[in-house]
Amino acid sequence: MEAPAPAQFRSLRLLSGHVPAWLQVAPFVAVFVVFFLVPLGLTVMVSFWDYNEYQILPAFTVRSYMEIFEGCLDRLPDLCVTLKTYLSTLKFCVAVWLITLVIGFFIAYFLAFHVQSTTMQIALFLVCTIPFWTSNVIRTISWIPLLGRNGLVNSTLIKLNIVREPIEWLIYSNLSVILALVHLYALFMIVPIFNSMMRIDRALLEASYDAGASGWQTLWNVVVPLSKPGIVIGSIFVITIVMGDFVTVGVMGGQQIASVGKVINTEMTALQFPPAAANSVILLVVVLFIIWGLSRLVDVRKEL
Amino acid sequence: MRDRRSFSFYWLAALFGLFVLFLYGPMITILILSFQGPDGGLTFPMNGVSLHWFGKLWEGLGVVDIWAAFRRSFRLGLVVMVLTVVLSLLAGLAYRRRFRGSNVLFYVVVASLIVPSIVVSLGIGLEFRLIDDAIKSMAETFGWTDVAEHYTTAMGIYTSGLGAQLTWTLPFGLLITFAIFNRFDRRFEEAARDLGATPWQSFAHVVLPIIAPSVIGIGLFGFTLSWDEVARSSQAMGDLNTLPLELEGLTTTVTNPQIYALGTVTTGVSFVVIFLALGLMRALRRRSKV
Repeated sequence: MEAPAPAQFRSLRLLSGHVPAWLQVAPFVAVFVVFFLVPLGLTVMVSFWDYNEYQILPAFTVRSYMEIFEGCLDRLPDLCVTLKTYLSTLKFCVAVWLITLVIGFFIAYFLAFHVQSTTMQIALFLVCTIPFWTSNVIRTISWIPLLGRNGLVNSTLIKLNIVREPIEWLIYSNLSVILALVHLYALFMIVPIFNSMMRIDRALLEASYDAGASGWQTLWNVVVPLSKPGIVIGSIFVITIVMGDFVTVGVMGGQQIASVGKVINTEMTALQFPPAAANSVILLVVVLFIIWGLSRLVDVRKEL
Repeated sequence: MRDRRSFSFYWLAALFGLFVLFLYGPMITILILSFQGPDGGLTFPMNGVSLHWFGKLWEGLGVVDIWAAFRRSFRLGLVVMVLTVVLSLLAGLAYRRRFRGSNVLFYVVVASLIVPSIVVSLGIGLEFRLIDDAIKSMAETFGWTDVAEHYTTAMGIYTSGLGAQLTWTLPFGLLITFAIFNRFDRRFEEAARDLGATPWQSFAHVVLPIIAPSVIGIGLFGFTLSWDEVARSSQAMGDLNTLPLELEGLTTTVTNPQIYALGTVTTGVSFVVIFLALGLMRALRRRSKV
């Protein structure tokens, strides 16, 4: 049996073994109930409420959903605004996902298999991680002096006589949005893949080489399958973040490119809560669907 | 593998170098441009080198009281840091002993990490608006004139704002705590107990010193994620904005290097915190090895 704690420590007993586990975890649970589960429930509820210019009206209606998909069916094959927005967001998603996947895989591969000393490994890993702890907004706007109309890239190209006029589509375009998103979120791909690769038994690679496989064959048939859990987790991260992004698309798209997150944000600022909630529910369903598809490939729980 | 390393090693190393350049290049550009001369613009070339724009920034940014936002964000960051460390550690300790619903909680935490931030933010904003409406209508029904006249909103930095940020920092905190306790050798605790230590003594004098470096890691996540958080805070802060939210608004209105100066200052704070934390972690690891 455990001895009772001295009286002066009694206030700190929450950290010790005396209190039941549920009490230790209670404050943590409370945060997620109050600030995550209840808000999600309310979002679903309000998405079925009515509204006018001044307020939300607690009466069941599917008005918000009808408005979001208004004309989507009869105008086919032309796309309605909602479908266009989703398509544009999905395009960013696929592009950013593919690029971060390739970058993430090879950077993680380099760190895990080619850097020999552990100290060096930690140091290089930190070099990749540190930007994650700095501001996303600043990391985004830092592309402006490089890609802007009079930016470094354009002025260099003009100086080298490659172009005469500054290229307009370097910034506030799909290209700059994708570039900034890759810049911000490549780390979310690197870390889980690196984590998976560090668990691979090095003897398997030796065995593969000894059996006569080339470097590429080993990479494709041994390393890639064994890194799958990390690849899936990284993909889930990148895809969900990009699906809901509105800050980067806003800043790098010059507030001209549509995204689902931006639509929600705009509606919210205009105090149109039911449509914003309905859009959120749809976004959530799409994201969950993607995750469901990805997680069928691997047991996520086992890997964390 | 060393013999096979030569070719692939070099092109992968080159790729890594390019990636690091890609990561840090833009940040360094902003750093350099924030020292632009008084006549300099938002892009190269540099028109002299000066602290002019930092001076301007010190005086303020027009209508936006940037230093008030700075202080607000810093304080909020510290609160989020402390809560993230304490709550994740407590939850981590609970997970070592198992409790009912631990699986469900785990899935909720992972869900919080991957549900788009804008959805969480909107939900919290809605929740507090509904709370406001409920309180106002209750005040009217029951005739609490004082409340009815003076009540404005329950939304604020330390209510809805704090909660919104915790839904983002706590999942990282918990996952790190899992990693910590997975590697923790329980025999140290058993030894402490055999020697007559109370559970609290064994936690304070044995467990905590061993896991201290990683606990600082949790704190690092707590502070830096809060300090830069935009997406979840966007609809949850109420009337007063945090620094990153102000910064996001300024990207469209400020057209001189002041914004770079602000970027350099904000990033500077992040870097000071990061290196303080890493230094402290190193020092603690060294000490525990002796």
